[in-house]
Amino acid sequence: MDFKLSKQHLLQQKLYRDFAEAEIRPIAQEMDETETFSMDLLGKLHKYGLMGIPFSRAYGGSGGDYLGFSLCMEEVSKIDGATGLTMSVHSLACSCIDNFGTEEQKQRFLRPLVDGSKTGCFGLTEPNAGSDAAGQQSKAVLYHDKYTINGTKIFTTNSGFADTFVMFAMTDKSKGIRGISAFLVEKGAPGLAVGPNIRRMGVRASSNCEVSYENVEVPASNRLGKEGDGFKIAMKALDGGRIGIAAQAVGLAQGALNEAVKYAKERKQFGKRISSFQSSQFKIADLQTRIDAARLMTHRAAAARDNGENYSSHAAMAKLFASRMANDVCRECVQLMGGYGYCREYPVERALRDAKITEIYEGTSEVMQMVIAGAMKVF
Amino acid sequence: MKIVVCIKQVPDTSEVKLDSKTGRLMREGVPSIINPDDKSGIEAALRIKEETGGSVAVVSMGPPQADFALREALAMGCDEAYLITAKEFAGSDTFATAKILAGALGKIGFDLIITGRQAIDGDTAQVGPQIAENLNIPQVSYVEDIEVNGCALTVKRQFEDRYHILEVKTPCLLTALSELAPPRYMHVRGTVEAYEKEVQTLGFEDLAGTFDPSCIGLAGSPTSVYKSFGKKPKGAGEMHKNLSADEAVSLIISKMAERHII
Ligand SMILES: Cc1cc2nc3c(=O)[nH]c(=O)nc-3n(C[C@H](O)[C@H](O)[C@H](O)COP(=O)(O)OP(=O)(O)OC[C@H]3O[C@@H](n4cnc5c(N)ncnc54)[C@H](O)[C@@H]3O)c2cc1C
Ligand SMILES: Cc1cc2nc3c(=O)[nH]c(=O)nc-3n(C[C@H](O)[C@H](O)[C@H](O)COP(=O)(O)OP(=O)(O)OC[C@H]3O[C@@H](n4cnc5c(N)ncnc54)[C@H](O)[C@@H]3O)c2cc1C
Repeated sequence: MDFKLSKQHLLQQKLYRDFAEAEIRPIAQEMDETETFSMDLLGKLHKYGLMGIPFSRAYGGSGGDYLGFSLCMEEVSKIDGATGLTMSVHSLACSCIDNFGTEEQKQRFLRPLVDGSKTGCFGLTEPNAGSDAAGQQSKAVLYHDKYTINGTKIFTTNSGFADTFVMFAMTDKSKGIRGISAFLVEKGAPGLAVGPNIRRMGVRASSNCEVSYENVEVPASNRLGKEGDGFKIAMKALDGGRIGIAAQAVGLAQGALNEAVKYAKERKQFGKRISSFQSSQFKIADLQTRIDAARLMTHRAAAARDNGENYSSHAAMAKLFASRMANDVCRECVQLMGGYGYCREYPVERALRDAKITEIYEGTSEVMQMVIAGAMKVF
Repeated sequence: MKIVVCIKQVPDTSEVKLDSKTGRLMREGVPSIINPDDKSGIEAALRIKEETGGSVAVVSMGPPQADFALREALAMGCDEAYLITAKEFAGSDTFATAKILAGALGKIGFDLIITGRQAIDGDTAQVGPQIAENLNIPQVSYVEDIEVNGCALTVKRQFEDRYHILEVKTPCLLTALSELAPPRYMHVRGTVEAYEKEVQTLGFEDLAGTFDPSCIGLAGSPTSVYKSFGKKPKGAGEMHKNLSADEAVSLIISKMAERHII
């Protein structure tokens, strides 16, 4: 067993680190304050191949893997959780097409998403179908060779600027989860309407809106997989996406701890640096240990996926552990920094707000527990 | 046009500290980077290639770890990479380094050589010009802009109080300022492909005959470091308050006399 990153992954990590420091750090706080994602930054993420990391070069992707993707998610989220989210959801949309698209669909839809030209989003959650994603109320009806889609999606990340919407709708209500199908809808389709940004506690820079589909027509060739494959398509994408969210949580925690350590070494009280108190040292040691444990779990899940092994429960455990860890670590980092940590001037305040969502999206912690217990055959 | 960029892997001096006792740089755990001037040389070369065609090779002399710097250059878009490494080369000063690099460059072939103006760890700014002298080709140092017109280049050279616009024919050597071209990032696809390409290694035997072996390595280096030391921090100054102008003047005069300044 070898716990070292390969040289190639180290080179990628250097790219992600250099990019995040130079391109994201200077604007992260402003993006959060103004609740807008920078289109200039989005363009650069595309330009340098960060939006197509684990996708094949045959379709214009970067030709990397999920370990590389998780390194990127960590480095980017160290500086800004919202940028991590933007990349993660784009990647979810891409992986649906990558996993289930026909050759023609990959050329038409996947290529522009991974070669740097277009951005994707993923619409599964509805106002009344969250954890219970099988309770989809959106409907798609086939007539001749066109589907007519009606329904409302909520919390669709990237929807404010996305070009390609991967969305899910019932094609046969009587079949339950086997009645859900996946569709590719393009921006500007008549009847597709994106609502205002939903105001949130954290990851405020990301675009996150309600999306309504009113008699939106798509050709049958825009259906991904067979009729009834929708749930499987969504779950498979989310399995992989969870590796990214675990890495995002690791990044948020490491970013916050780096700031808190820097601060503790400078701040003096009672004539001594805060970092010289043994209670601070022990706390910092514990926090770093937990971050490292989460990172190892994340890399294990990514490596399993890259090696073609079953990774679903590894990914769920990594996300469950890392997201809880990130919330604890960010909260303790604010504590280490006292009142200053609570101020918006310091990025730890933002990291704490951003960390909460990692326990909720791409499956809540409770859903992760269901996946893990299920894999253990505990019924 | 075949462009060859010489790059040196250097410790990131923004993170290097000096050991106050020994006066040595504390290199342990300090990340290595491509020397900043050289990185802007890479960018300039890639832009020329994108505009006028041709190819870009990178060359580095150093220990095997310099491979990482060469891979970064490949990931930015360079076509070929050469690592010049051998135990015989160890301990080379700027004179010897330039001899070896000139020998390697002659083997590799070039229309245009770009080096950095200076390396942030050595800071001598000697290697580029010495390579040009060894190869007997024209050189322009401190280059801030390059324009290609066929087999001639129009370059803007920074000078103390002005610029010089010079025209120079290839083959030639330019030394790049970091202002020449802000470097691009690597592309993720580039990082993957950088490890699919081969970094060609040139050792002592490979370069036999391209330089006089008595001019290289520690033994062949005319310079030797006599002493290196860090600057001592100055002691705190003396404060004299509430003096009249006349008192202040006589105090200053007496202090200067005390130190034999006047
Ligand atoms: C910022 C943000 C971005 C998002 N991005 C996207 C996106 O791009 N695309 C998308 O489709 N969705 C997205 N979502 C939606 C997200 O995936 C859902 O919010 C999440 O799946 C939970 O669904 P819910 O909010 O409806 O909560 P609910 O499902 O209503 O859950 C409420 C609580 O009940 C618990 N619970 C539910 N069922 C059970 C059970 N059986 N046993 C025990 N506990 C249970 C949950 O764990 C949770 O704690 C996003 C959400 C946010 C906030
Ligand atoms: C431990 C140690 C001991 C040393 N001892 C001596 C000594 O005894 N005598 C002495 O004169 N110097 C010594 N040096 C300095 C060392 O030899 C020089 O760093 C080296 O020759 C390059 O000079 P420079 O760094 O000043 O580069 P510069 O001349 O400032 O570099 C200009 C440009 O030349 C190119 N270049 C320089 N070096 C390389 C390289 N290796 N590969 C590819 N391109 C390159 C780059 O493009 C660079 O931007 C020592 C250095 C160290 C770290």
